[in-house]
Amino acid sequence: MSEKTSTWILWTTIGRKVLLALSGLALFFFLIFHLLGNFTLFVKDPGIFNQYAYTLERMGFILYVMEGLLILTFLVHILDAIFVTLENRKARSSSYYKEGNAGKPSRKSLSSKTMIYTGLLVFAFVVFHVKMFKYGAHYVAQNSNIRDLHRLVVECFKTDYIVISYCIAMILLGLHLRHAFFSAFQSLGIAHPKYTPYIEKLGILFAIAIAGGFLSIPVWIYFH
Amino acid sequence: MKNCNFKLLVWRQKGPQEPGKMVAYTVNDISPDMSFLEMMDLLNEDLIKKGEDPIAIDSDCREGICGTCGLVIQGLAHGSKQKTCTCQIYMRDFKDGETITVEPFRSSAFPIIKDLVVNRSALDRIISKGGYVANNIGGAPDANAMPISKETAELALDASSCIGCGACVAACPNSSAALFTGAKISQYAHLPQGSPDRKKRVLEMAQQMDKEGFGNCSNHGECEAVCPQGIKISHIAKMRREFFKASLL
Repeated sequence: MSEKTSTWILWTTIGRKVLLALSGLALFFFLIFHLLGNFTLFVKDPGIFNQYAYTLERMGFILYVMEGLLILTFLVHILDAIFVTLENRKARSSSYYKEGNAGKPSRKSLSSKTMIYTGLLVFAFVVFHVKMFKYGAHYVAQNSNIRDLHRLVVECFKTDYIVISYCIAMILLGLHLRHAFFSAFQSLGIAHPKYTPYIEKLGILFAIAIAGGFLSIPVWIYFH
Repeated sequence: MKNCNFKLLVWRQKGPQEPGKMVAYTVNDISPDMSFLEMMDLLNEDLIKKGEDPIAIDSDCREGICGTCGLVIQGLAHGSKQKTCTCQIYMRDFKDGETITVEPFRSSAFPIIKDLVVNRSALDRIISKGGYVANNIGGAPDANAMPISKETAELALDASSCIGCGACVAACPNSSAALFTGAKISQYAHLPQGSPDRKKRVLEMAQQMDKEGFGNCSNHGECEAVCPQGIKISHIAKMRREFFKASLL
């Protein structure tokens, strides 16, 4: 009956968005675990955060595999997004003299229109962020032999420009997540007359919670 | 209401390969009860009298059924009124003295033929990949011989209300034809009559959609807001589910 088409299914307009959605959701889960772990910075005893960081470091091989997978997910997400954006520009080769907003039920917003820019800026931030902490100054905690990452974090977050740039990056992340969450479900074909409105609201809630959560750490340290 | 004057900024383009530009016109003494297309007709009569080339526009039924007309008015496909076609836009919706921009449906897959007329054959080529539906020949079938629940029938009918005007493509920032193709796939995917070619239909229509050079769907949902039939983007999700089923199972 149905002869299969020769196209590789992931490399179609539908498939590319599946890749984008799945890699995006994977990064979303990473963000949640990263945020929960970082909340140990709010504990008065710096040893708790250092212990958390040390526990991750001690995982050795497993950590390398997870880091590798994370980098791969980032690459898939970014390269796919760049390709999709370039293709979309080609599909609309001449632009409108005047472009309006049709209003609800449209979800077109600043967030949905700037996904590629907020995404690339957040990635640039991630590079800067990893360099700052993972490959930053290696202090050793006084009463144990583990790395005193807490001291580095506090030192960094007492610096004006770092706190400001972290805040900007997290606002961009929030803007990105605002459209991303709903969009990922829609790209995976998950739409339901009753539940989709909740998914959209949940997306806004997650965007605020995750961006606000990450933002709260440098701000809290800065003022303490 | 008294008659009004308007300033128009209209896209003029002599032919597919010619460069186009926005040209300003003024129309005076326009009745607010006039439709937008009637106003354009008046302007064209004026232009003809002056010996100028009239503005090429597409329209047929002028009662919002056929999907032939299609202009981008003030940056919105089919104008600012939702769930209507261009022909159902009236001059009373504009303020006296307002400057109104009029542009064609823009997409690389819709080459401009002249001025505001675009070639939407790409949509026809997607439809032609839709294969066959199964209908028994002979007399009218018995009512309820093929049980289809009301909910399912409504979903299929919602999708089938697409008139193929192409506003979804025009409004999409990526010129994606996902709503059009989704509606065409969804209308049969919900019904038993569509089942014989179900897998083939979604794979081939989606492939043709890509071949025509439409963009990727970014889930902006702008298409749903401009669709004269109010077709929901949940039909795009349905197309995606059909696509996964057809290609994975």
